[in-house]
Amino acid sequence: MIHDVLIGPFTEFEFMRRALAAVVALSLAGAPIGVFLMLRRMSLVGDAMAHAILPGAAVGFLLSGLNLFAMTAGGLIAGFTVAILAGVVARSTGLKEDASLATFYLASLALGVTIVSIKGTNIDLLHVLFGNILAMDDQTLLVVAFNATITLLVLAVIYRPLVIESVDPLFLRTVSRAGGPAHLAFLALVVINLVNGFQALGTLLAVGLMIMPAGIARFWSRDLTAMICIAVIAAAVSGYAGLVLSFQTRVPSGPAIILVATVFYVVSVLFGRVGGVVRQMFPGRHLEA
Amino acid sequence: MAALHFHNVTLGYDRHPAVHHLSGEVAPGTLVAVIGPNGAGKSTLLRGIVGILRPLDGSIHLGSLDARDIAYLPQSAEIDRSFPISVFDFVGTGLWRGTGVFGGIGKVAREKILRAIASVGLNGFENRPIGTLSGGQMQRVLFARVLLQDASLIVLDEPFNAIDSKTTADLLALVKRWHGEGRTVLAALHDMEMVRSHFTETLVLARGPVAWGPTAEVLTPENLLVAMRMCEAFDDGAAACGEDGRSQAA
Repeated sequence: MIHDVLIGPFTEFEFMRRALAAVVALSLAGAPIGVFLMLRRMSLVGDAMAHAILPGAAVGFLLSGLNLFAMTAGGLIAGFTVAILAGVVARSTGLKEDASLATFYLASLALGVTIVSIKGTNIDLLHVLFGNILAMDDQTLLVVAFNATITLLVLAVIYRPLVIESVDPLFLRTVSRAGGPAHLAFLALVVINLVNGFQALGTLLAVGLMIMPAGIARFWSRDLTAMICIAVIAAAVSGYAGLVLSFQTRVPSGPAIILVATVFYVVSVLFGRVGGVVRQMFPGRHLEA
Repeated sequence: MAALHFHNVTLGYDRHPAVHHLSGEVAPGTLVAVIGPNGAGKSTLLRGIVGILRPLDGSIHLGSLDARDIAYLPQSAEIDRSFPISVFDFVGTGLWRGTGVFGGIGKVAREKILRAIASVGLNGFENRPIGTLSGGQMQRVLFARVLLQDASLIVLDEPFNAIDSKTTADLLALVKRWHGEGRTVLAALHDMEMVRSHFTETLVLARGPVAWGPTAEVLTPENLLVAMRMCEAFDDGAAACGEDGRSQAA
């Protein structure tokens, strides 16, 4: 019985296996990026970027229909353009990055929805907005895995400057010029992972598998390495449980995954070891020293 | 050969000068106090020296030094203390010159880091996240990082602000040790007594140089009064500054 519910769907159906592989790849790469987004106070920047990808993906859709390959390429181009423009504008004018992104993303979202609705139906629009992880073909899965691999490699390369830039940017500027390139590379990784998530969760929820696990991790550890590990596990478990939920109840897969993550988030807010509500209400008797 | 050479340097923001027409040089091994009221341009000058801020005009020469021979202690407000990083890792960033982006931290480096943490009196704090430290402890951490940087020019931005007397005494001893080792030290300070009794040279700033020289000669009531009277606000309608320092119709 338990086997039928929890494992059966994956042994029986290839599309479920592909979806599971995709969600694990997304978790491995997206969750660490999400942790850095959160720690750099850029959570909403990630959200804004997700919308910025839409017009590119929509142009891909316009040219070649629901071909995820073309939509990915378009999304990457649009995302990079906006990320780099916003980054450059913020660095050269002193305008805060979130402010310069906010303008870009509103325009992008409007443009993207317009482009999709010129050619497609409402169902296409739904697919673009909320994704469909159950419809992945082998090729798309390879793209997702490739992007995840690239992300982890690049993150390993920029890890040290990225951490120092987050804590003490002035110090990094006095010892190295790596801060600027590390920041831009990080924005590029954000885009790659949003496009990746876009396949599975759509433009509106893509950022969910990045930010929500990071939020969960913050309640369980004060150590960066541990936070990254917890975030990856939280993302993968949410993904798996969301797929099972979606399979058993016919809830669309993207929202199911994000809802499971939401449950974990609420539990973490309530019972988390670091700053959880219950911990704060019942801290126990104070210590001797 | 001077450790630092200012050629008619003007530093500022958005074309408005915060430090106006400063010239002069700092000999190697000097212990220089930079004093002046809030808004006098102390931090701006230090940022110019470490290369974070490009001069609007004029230039700053580092002599034979390279930007990596400078250790900079920023005001702690510039640091994101909520970031989950341990004291050990944070202090370890002081080894950047040796490790760069990829270099590992081996056994020797680990011992260096532990020694630096011990010499600022923070034994046992190695694994504490920096977010849990008090203001004074954080300042000790910053000094430990400067120690590791092993730089010949050390630039300290208000290192003793809001620090108790015990911590100040400990950290001041480190500054004097650096001076004894022949390093050049510049510190932005507010405590005139400390400047008088410990610093050999003083620069009085008030959005431009008021006086600069041996502390005993410079730290006079007249100079301090001039500095206090400094006008703090930028004049939005200010004209472009001429080469010789006189105003020019814009």
